[in-house]
Amino acid sequence: MSHSSSSTSSHGSVKSYVTGLLLSLVLTVIPFAVVMSGALSTATTVVVIAITAVLQILVQLVMFMHMNTKADEGWNVMSFVFTLTILVLVVGGSLWIMQHLHLNMMIG
Amino acid sequence: MATDTLHHGAASEPHEHHDATGTKVFGFWVYLMSDLVIFGSLFATYAVLMKGTAAGPTAADIFELPFVLVETFLLLFSSFTFGMGVLAMNAERVGQVKAWLAITFLLGAAFVGMEVYEFQHLIHQGYGPDQSAFLSSFFTLVGTHGLHVTVGLVWILVMLVQLSTMGITPMTRPRILCLSLFWHFLDIVWICVFSFVYLMGVL
Repeated sequence: MSHSSSSTSSHGSVKSYVTGLLLSLVLTVIPFAVVMSGALSTATTVVVIAITAVLQILVQLVMFMHMNTKADEGWNVMSFVFTLTILVLVVGGSLWIMQHLHLNMMIG
Repeated sequence: MATDTLHHGAASEPHEHHDATGTKVFGFWVYLMSDLVIFGSLFATYAVLMKGTAAGPTAADIFELPFVLVETFLLLFSSFTFGMGVLAMNAERVGQVKAWLAITFLLGAAFVGMEVYEFQHLIHQGYGPDQSAFLSSFFTLVGTHGLHVTVGLVWILVMLVQLSTMGITPMTRPRILCLSLFWHFLDIVWICVFSFVYLMGVL
């Protein structure tokens, strides 16, 4: 049990790759279908795109890249979380500052 | 104490290759995280500049979603076929590894080919990166991703040669594993590109 789960988590299996592929296909088709059909309101569409994107990223991180807390004593997850923190600062901070700058420029 | 050290050294000997592979792959993972920050800053740049169309075309004017969907499928399937290649490597089947890598190369090359066509088509229509801040940031972001995929294609060719000359060895194994991480990583960046640039662009 512990042997099979450890070999699966570190090297993957046909099953995990096929599952990852199928989930990714579904999570790709959903946002494209929603945008191309124009069935939902713009706000709802944005939410659908964002949620399916985050889900597909998680699916591929786990099923394809085998990111888990067991390998390397969790350091790959730790470095990923650290990078996410930097990304939130860089992307969120840039948008925040530039939007305020833009608003101030409009007044002037 | 001396015997204890000696004993420990002898016991760790069989695991040395595995540990070295693990360290190399983890080091490459850290590189990928830094690459992620590069893409993050390019996404931030695009998000800030995307409304700056300078009376030129907007995102909704130039993006063709069916085209992007095909690109997405190509990259997704290439990510899957590379995974199959890694499984074949774990099973020590060098012929199958080379076959899966060759399929991955063809899918990746088709993706790059479509992207080059798209860029060339846009520039031909007069919508090159020199037209507006929006187009500059779009070409920089998507072009940087395409450049990464191109480097990945060259790396796949190098590994095909090394697999033919060396086979699956403690030398080539970590290289294939690093390349697989690189390739999956590029697919993940592409998820962000098609979601936040193309899909949200045409809304």
